[in-house]
Amino acid sequence: MFKFKALISVVTLSLFFSYSSKAVESQDPIKLTLHDWSGQLITTNIMAEVLKEAGYNIELVQADYIAQFAGLQTGDLHLAMEMWETTGRDAIDEYTPDGRVINVGSTGMDAIEEWWYPSYMKDECPGLPNWEALNECAEAFSTMETAPKGRYLGGPVTWGGFDDERVEALDLDWEVIHAGTDAALFAELESAYQRKAPIMLWIYAPHWAPSKFEGEFVEFPAYTSECYNDPSWGINPNSAYDCGKPRGPIWKVASSQLKDKWPGAYDAVEAFTISNDEMGQMVAAVDLDGNSVEAVVADWMNNNKSRWQSWIK
Amino acid sequence: MPPHLQTISLVLLSKKKFTFIFLFFVTLLVSLFSSDFLKSNDLGWALKFPNSLIFPFKLYISWSIKWLIESATFGLFTFNDFTRSISWIIEQPYEIILSFFAEGFYKGQGSQAILILSPLSWIAMIGIMTIVAIKIKDLSLALLTFFAFLYLVIFDQWHSSMVTLASIFIAVPFGVSIGMFFGILSYKSLNTYRIVNPILNLMQTMPVFAYLVPVLVLFGFGPVSALIATIIYALPPMVHTTYLGLKGINPSIVEAGKMCGCNDHQLLWKVEIPSALSSIKLGINQVIMLSFNMVIIASMIGAGGLGYDVLTSLRKLDIGGGVEAGLAIVILAIVLDRMSFAFIGKHKKFKNENLNFYKKYFHLLIIIFLILITYIFGFFIDLFKSYPENITLSTSAFWEKSIKFINVNYYDQLEIFKFYILKYFMLPIKSFFLSIPWPWFIFILVLLGWYYGKSKLALLNLILLLFIVVNGLWLKAMVTIYLCGASVILACIIGVPLGIWGGLNDRANKILSSIMDTLQTLPSFVYLIPVVMLFRVGDFTAMLAVILYSLAPAVKYTIHGIRGINPEIIDAGVANGCNKKQLLFNIRLPLALPEILLGINQTIMLALSMLVITALVGTRELGQEVYIALTKADIGRGLVAGLCVAFIAIISDNLIKSASKTLKVKYGFL
Repeated sequence: MFKFKALISVVTLSLFFSYSSKAVESQDPIKLTLHDWSGQLITTNIMAEVLKEAGYNIELVQADYIAQFAGLQTGDLHLAMEMWETTGRDAIDEYTPDGRVINVGSTGMDAIEEWWYPSYMKDECPGLPNWEALNECAEAFSTMETAPKGRYLGGPVTWGGFDDERVEALDLDWEVIHAGTDAALFAELESAYQRKAPIMLWIYAPHWAPSKFEGEFVEFPAYTSECYNDPSWGINPNSAYDCGKPRGPIWKVASSQLKDKWPGAYDAVEAFTISNDEMGQMVAAVDLDGNSVEAVVADWMNNNKSRWQSWIK
Repeated sequence: MPPHLQTISLVLLSKKKFTFIFLFFVTLLVSLFSSDFLKSNDLGWALKFPNSLIFPFKLYISWSIKWLIESATFGLFTFNDFTRSISWIIEQPYEIILSFFAEGFYKGQGSQAILILSPLSWIAMIGIMTIVAIKIKDLSLALLTFFAFLYLVIFDQWHSSMVTLASIFIAVPFGVSIGMFFGILSYKSLNTYRIVNPILNLMQTMPVFAYLVPVLVLFGFGPVSALIATIIYALPPMVHTTYLGLKGINPSIVEAGKMCGCNDHQLLWKVEIPSALSSIKLGINQVIMLSFNMVIIASMIGAGGLGYDVLTSLRKLDIGGGVEAGLAIVILAIVLDRMSFAFIGKHKKFKNENLNFYKKYFHLLIIIFLILITYIFGFFIDLFKSYPENITLSTSAFWEKSIKFINVNYYDQLEIFKFYILKYFMLPIKSFFLSIPWPWFIFILVLLGWYYGKSKLALLNLILLLFIVVNGLWLKAMVTIYLCGASVILACIIGVPLGIWGGLNDRANKILSSIMDTLQTLPSFVYLIPVVMLFRVGDFTAMLAVILYSLAPAVKYTIHGIRGINPEIIDAGVANGCNKKQLLFNIRLPLALPEILLGINQTIMLALSMLVITALVGTRELGQEVYIALTKADIGRGLVAGLCVAFIAIISDNLIKSASKTLKVKYGFL
């Protein structure tokens, strides 16, 4: 683990691993980043296990979701397994043009982000999930501070999402309150759900919340890029954002060093795909049933042998 | 300073109280009625600084950091090489201690590494800490230590605790030695002091979130950056205490040293440092406590350990998991705090040279024996290596049920309570601050600066406030001041009476200090999420969290102030026939007032530092600006907003300290 030990052991290393049958480009560890939500831990651990099977040396490192780009750029870090189109687009656009950070392609998962309400609210507001029912039910979703307007708990301002603009464009009698973090967001949901109290909030998937709590996404007019860019498009001719939120892939991003130094690993990363449903189940197994990430990943590895073997062939 | 200001401040000096009240009412009137007037007369810029005039400091800062990393060079090596070599120096001892405490020693790198020596057994660790506790104090501290570490094992916090402990063991020595170095330097040369002092003030008041990203970029990813951020945060009190300790030495001692023929080096290490030792040790204690405060934030940039456990538990809404990991931090902090205090109180005994080898090194021998035995047994019996998971305890279910019970049964009452506080207390304060035109606000603060610290303080206030204005952060700064102000008012209404109670009653004092210790070391994240569940996101929740965190100094300083009064004065009061009430209001409180003011000052400092964290529950102030910059890795934006927070802290610190000093002079303490 510590460096001078590593220096001494450069010689012994080659002896130690000469028996390793699979020849890979370099025995230096590939550094994968870990963030603080279970889905990402699972994706990263699966990739790590697969690369280990191929004979690569892996190191898992804690890093911040956006700040990690600086590390990917310098080659301190090599691979980030989940970069959501919905929250990471700006960073991808900022760091990929000079070629030091590469977008390796989709993980196969699609991020969904939208207004969401628990099923018991349907009794109060039978018109849902159609967004046009939102105004009729605004009062049912109001609190002391927002009455008579409905209260919508949006994501942290850092997530963007244009909810203030959406409320304006669709002329909704709702007030947007921003949560500071997603922990606060789900704390409010848990609290309201326990009391069967009204709540409308920003939920994203894949996540454990949609499997733990019964509810639905509101159906807004479907997103198109014209909707966000062209005011004349859509229901409100004078305003953009008169539609739902975009849905988009969850990308894998890597340092260019990954491609140069471990081309075989790069190909395996490129081949990696997994579906929303699979991920939703695994996240629930960890966050709701209390299984460890390692156990859930080991399970997946056992059940999907042929799939991951094709990634590293 | 223009002449009309001078006359106004002269008036201030003569009819002080009246003028203060008068100014407050003028400000109130300005706040209530100026906005319509300003808007209709095209003077809206006085309320909201025009965007077109904002000076792009943040861009310049981002550019210069980028330049530092990518192109700055010292000829032989680049700036980047320089910072990376600092990381390397810190990383080496850290890796060794981490391996020894938590991870074990490996040969090779990454997942292919092979374990050659497992980490220290939990049995050995508990044994060592207990023996050290006996050695430096007594059996009761040993028992406390023993049960504290047993808690870590039984509640399944062992591995994370050891990771955290390893980082503390590195951060503290680095913080202490760097701090002492600058403390001595400031003592030796007045010029260094003049440069170091303002930098320290900035370091202490700058929100940590503001420099996390620059530290990451400069020092690389991983635990080392977290360590460096911790050292930056924990360093300032060490410099201060070293400097003050050395300054406070009786000059005759130094003279005596010189007369004995000490050279400079001897004078420093043999005479001055030993004389200043008690305040240096106090500094060490502060460094330890502040390092523990950083555990959560450090885990956001890769420190792992208990902080990471708290964060991940709360993301899963596992409140119990968060509480257990949080309490583990509290327990470690309290044990190390008591140990370091015992160490401070311990006087060096003269060694009895006649003791034989075994008696002399008795404790050390037991420790070595313990380590060896547990290693040997560890090869055969798993229990010695790691505590069996199936007999660990968890209180998760209990916490979840309690919160659910309160939530389901008392939510409506809490909601009404919150509504009234918001409507009749918080919102009036908010609209008061938000509708004061900035030129008027600056004018008032410059005036106050002039009153307390003449042209120097007035000029400083002017420059610092203008910085906030030209960066376009005025309105956010006002929200910060409102939230901080509202929390501090409530914290004082709760804290000062508690402090008076603790000052008059010994048993209350004991109970209060242990509660305050816990509140100060318990990571705020632990209670932030339950508070959100009961009160939803928003300013009220933020205010509650800030009050909980910043209550301690208001209580502690009041206790200290009341207890510190010369008993003769109280006796004199009694002899003159004061009843209890008169004693309290006419003697004790006025005499304790300077100390209470310092406590309020600390409360304000803590409240400001906590505001950055309440951005996580959706407040919209400078803290949020810092937090947004953090999540977008925007170095300049974060530093500028951080500087604004620091400036507000510096302004209020200067004013309150001067006020306290004026009072002390008035009552004859100085």
